Amino acid sequence: MGAAAALLPARRARAQQAGIKVGLVAIQTGPQAALGTQLRDGFLLGLRHLDGKLGGLPAETVMIDDELKPDVAVTKVRAAIERDKVDVVAGVIFSNILQAIMRPVTESQTFLISTNAGPSTFAGRGCNPFFFTTSYNNDQVHSVMGQAAQDAGYRRVFVMVPNYQAGRDAAAGFRSRFKGEVVDEVYVPLTQLDFSAELAKFAAAKPDALFTFMPGGLGVNLVRQYRQAGLANIPFLSTFTVDESTLPAQGEAALGFYTAAPWAPNMDNPANTRFVRDFEAAFGYVPGSYAAQSYDAAMLLDSAVRRVGGKLSDKAALREALRKADFHSVRGNFRFGVNHYPVQDFWLCKVAKRPDGKFQTETVRKVLADDVDPYAAECRMR
Amino acid sequence: MPIGLLLVQALNGLQLGILLFLVAAGLTLVFGVMHFINLAHGVQYMLGAYLGATLAAWTGSFWLGLVLALPAALLCGLVLEVAVFRHLYGRDHLSQVLATFGVILFLNEAVRTLWGSAPLPMAMPESLSGGIPLMPGLLYPTYRLAIIAAGLATALLLWFLVERTRLGMLVRAGASNAPMVSALGVDIGRLFTAVFGFGAMLAGFAGVLAGPIFSVEPGMGDNLLILAFVVIVIGGIGSIRGAFLAALLVGLLDTLGRSLLPELMRLFLAPSPARQAGAALASMLVYVVMAAILALRPAGLFPARGA
Repeated sequence: MGAAAALLPARRARAQQAGIKVGLVAIQTGPQAALGTQLRDGFLLGLRHLDGKLGGLPAETVMIDDELKPDVAVTKVRAAIERDKVDVVAGVIFSNILQAIMRPVTESQTFLISTNAGPSTFAGRGCNPFFFTTSYNNDQVHSVMGQAAQDAGYRRVFVMVPNYQAGRDAAAGFRSRFKGEVVDEVYVPLTQLDFSAELAKFAAAKPDALFTFMPGGLGVNLVRQYRQAGLANIPFLSTFTVDESTLPAQGEAALGFYTAAPWAPNMDNPANTRFVRDFEAAFGYVPGSYAAQSYDAAMLLDSAVRRVGGKLSDKAALREALRKADFHSVRGNFRFGVNHYPVQDFWLCKVAKRPDGKFQTETVRKVLADDVDPYAAECRMR
Repeated sequence: MPIGLLLVQALNGLQLGILLFLVAAGLTLVFGVMHFINLAHGVQYMLGAYLGATLAAWTGSFWLGLVLALPAALLCGLVLEVAVFRHLYGRDHLSQVLATFGVILFLNEAVRTLWGSAPLPMAMPESLSGGIPLMPGLLYPTYRLAIIAAGLATALLLWFLVERTRLGMLVRAGASNAPMVSALGVDIGRLFTAVFGFGAMLAGFAGVLAGPIFSVEPGMGDNLLILAFVVIVIGGIGSIRGAFLAALLVGLLDTLGRSLLPELMRLFLAPSPARQAGAALASMLVYVVMAAILALRPAGLFPARGA
């Protein structure tokens, strides 16, 4: 009897040690590392708010730098699953990385929670019972801007995007909801530095607005040159071009430029106020959507693990618990559709300067409410 | 396309050409004089931009930033020369390419570690922040005019230094027959160090000037480096005059290609494929022309004398 009593605490201690391991895929090298840093910091802040636990289990994060190379990502993610025995894989900035690791992760019956990449490939026929995303379907964001242009009554819009798949998708997404005339569609190489030729063409076309998708450094170049060419009186509608990752470099030049998003730092709800305040205190910069969606992913995991009582081995129950999305999203309104992509509101946002001199995007008006992504109907979730 | 817009595009092309020349000048100098392939020239341009942006933010003045960044870029170039490049002059081109490529990786990561991977802000000088109306609704930024002026001044200065000074004479002599110059009692090692440092400073100068227009970020020099190589290959390696004219040619070709080809393709194709095909062709145009020129004149348009 006495021996059994002595064993009991030891067994409890072992049960507690069996925590939850999360493999966090966040790019840390190359020009896009700033996005990975946002993603990582958002998730880590979530864990900090949860006292380092997910659903009561002590959480451990295994960092995975995908280097924006699909083969590297697959090797590292496989190692995380097989060697480090991670229970969940989260993160991922880029769609091509997500596409590469999708099969290795889900075939090992490990849950994969994308906190940024949201390709339509996995939203329709390719939907997967082990895959969730806390971001959006990429197409939605571009179409939101199309709707916003439509609502604003613009009749002639000039479209400029980089000449690759995501660029062409952006133009198509915009056109899916914009019914006016697309005066010209200009494709630039991904290595474009100088936009003066395109801007001269733009000015000559005298459009009502510009729609563009220029991620990263491309956007910094374009925004500066657009402002310097005196074109800023023409509305600058964009997606993934002016956000908290590029605004420190764009600064005044981006003031008043538009973007579309399901979240902005100024959103007024208790979860978001706490997130933004503590994020800036901890990391010293303004969080972007990459950080917000990862923070949400930590909260989502917490809610699901708590609901199943820490029993990670019961995959079906864990899946049901994830589907409930029983947490306070920094976006306010949040639930999952049948394809495990969020059903959420989308906003027109505008770049503003805060009283402390830093720049952030701020909501202007809600463009789409409870928007279900266009592929959800094709999904037959098992 | 209206003639007014065409003229504007020609001006845009010239301006891109001048910026390319600023980067290519240092490269062709080093390549021509020392027969040294310096892939790290692009990261020296990046270093210049970072130093300029940091010093300008620190001093609160673009001009002070520029003035301080130049010696800093020179110093970086000299450190690199002494630490790495000096040991490669006698080696074959493959070793040089490998080693300088290593320097690219090293410096890109070093910059990321020091400054972070997010692009850096850099304000343009207040006095040049205006613009002149070029056509209805479009301003031509005064700052870009200043870049054109700086490029022309650099071209003149280089021409004067290389063609009209004693130092330039030694550089030209060193380019055509280094052992002979050395035998005549000139310290060729020091001459090479000086040329290399000057080339690094030119790259840094271009970087600082580009800072307010382009995104100051790790790897910003990598794309430009490729174009700079195209310029010096078309112009004839080692020839300043060739680099200048080739830079203008490449700038014009690239800009006019980008603005005209999609329109041209529309004569043969439906609008949507025409735009994509036009854009794809435009981004190849420079390289196609380079291949054509090399087929006809393997040494480039203006081969350096003695080379």
